[in-house]
Amino acid sequence: MSSIEERVKKIVAEQLGVKEDEVKAEASFVEDLGADSLDTVELVMALEEEFETEIPDEEAEKITTVQLAIDYINANLA
Amino acid sequence: MSLENKVALVTGASRGIGAAIAEQLAQAGAVVIGTATSESGAAAIGERLSAAGYQGAGMVLDVTSPESIDNLLQQVQEQYGVPVILVNNAGITQDNLLMRMSEEEWFNVVNTNLSSIYRLSKAVLRGMMKARWGRIVNVGSVVGSMGNAGQANYAATKAGAAGFARSLAAEVGSRGITVNTVAPGFIDTDMTKILPDDQKADLLKRIPLGRLGKPEEIAAVVAFLASGAGGYVSGETIQVNGGMYMC
Repeated sequence: MSSIEERVKKIVAEQLGVKEDEVKAEASFVEDLGADSLDTVELVMALEEEFETEIPDEEAEKITTVQLAIDYINANLA
Repeated sequence: MSLENKVALVTGASRGIGAAIAEQLAQAGAVVIGTATSESGAAAIGERLSAAGYQGAGMVLDVTSPESIDNLLQQVQEQYGVPVILVNNAGITQDNLLMRMSEEEWFNVVNTNLSSIYRLSKAVLRGMMKARWGRIVNVGSVVGSMGNAGQANYAATKAGAAGFARSLAAEVGSRGITVNTVAPGFIDTDMTKILPDDQKADLLKRIPLGRLGKPEEIAAVVAFLASGAGGYVSGETIQVNGGMYMC
């Protein structure tokens, strides 16, 4: 079983069409990885599915970097 | 215009324009879920579809209730799969001169005709985005462009439906999803049967084709937009009104 960090990075790479090694922890989806606003919505959808959870809209808006996504999953996944 | 096995959701499908849309989408091969507000209405939709040898079912839906929408979509997904065609057809009129229009008449019409479009479109978008293909068609009205005395509430919702379609079309076009509005003129349905005869006669004088439209003539345009052939039309309002109102 891969770590949460690896799973998040894999999903980010797939959703945004970038190479996994570009997906650094500090990378911002919009500024560094070229995502538009709809891409970020889809990314959250993909994370919800991968981790079988529901991320409320007000939380989803705060997830703007790879690290923030990892932190959110770590903090909220039972 | 094959829609082979695509799941289509048509609200307000028990009669009139909605029934004709359900039939034509089913004829094109779609698995059609037609909704009605009552159990008996839903059952009748299911019977009509199966009698014609089409795939699909009738289901109960109250478009003003988020819970009802959740239940419906869960049922549809379990039994048929994710809807990639949504036809927001359900609508009501509660006509009155504005000076006499109650808050209730205003909000009932806004809730059923317009807020339902927000709720249902939002609910089906996830599936369409994942599929990278989707079609949302709102049934508007010529009254949304032209205006009509006694229908400030109805006209506002129908103009709203078109504006909604244009905005959503801009948002989700990159995912292969088109969003359009078909704006019928006066169509021979229960909704127009209640018009007084003198008003009807007056109306016919203003329609170059000299007759009311048929529900099938609206359904054909909806089916076109839902099909591959209509794939490059998005954010558009198509007027289908016998020439009564030309923009």
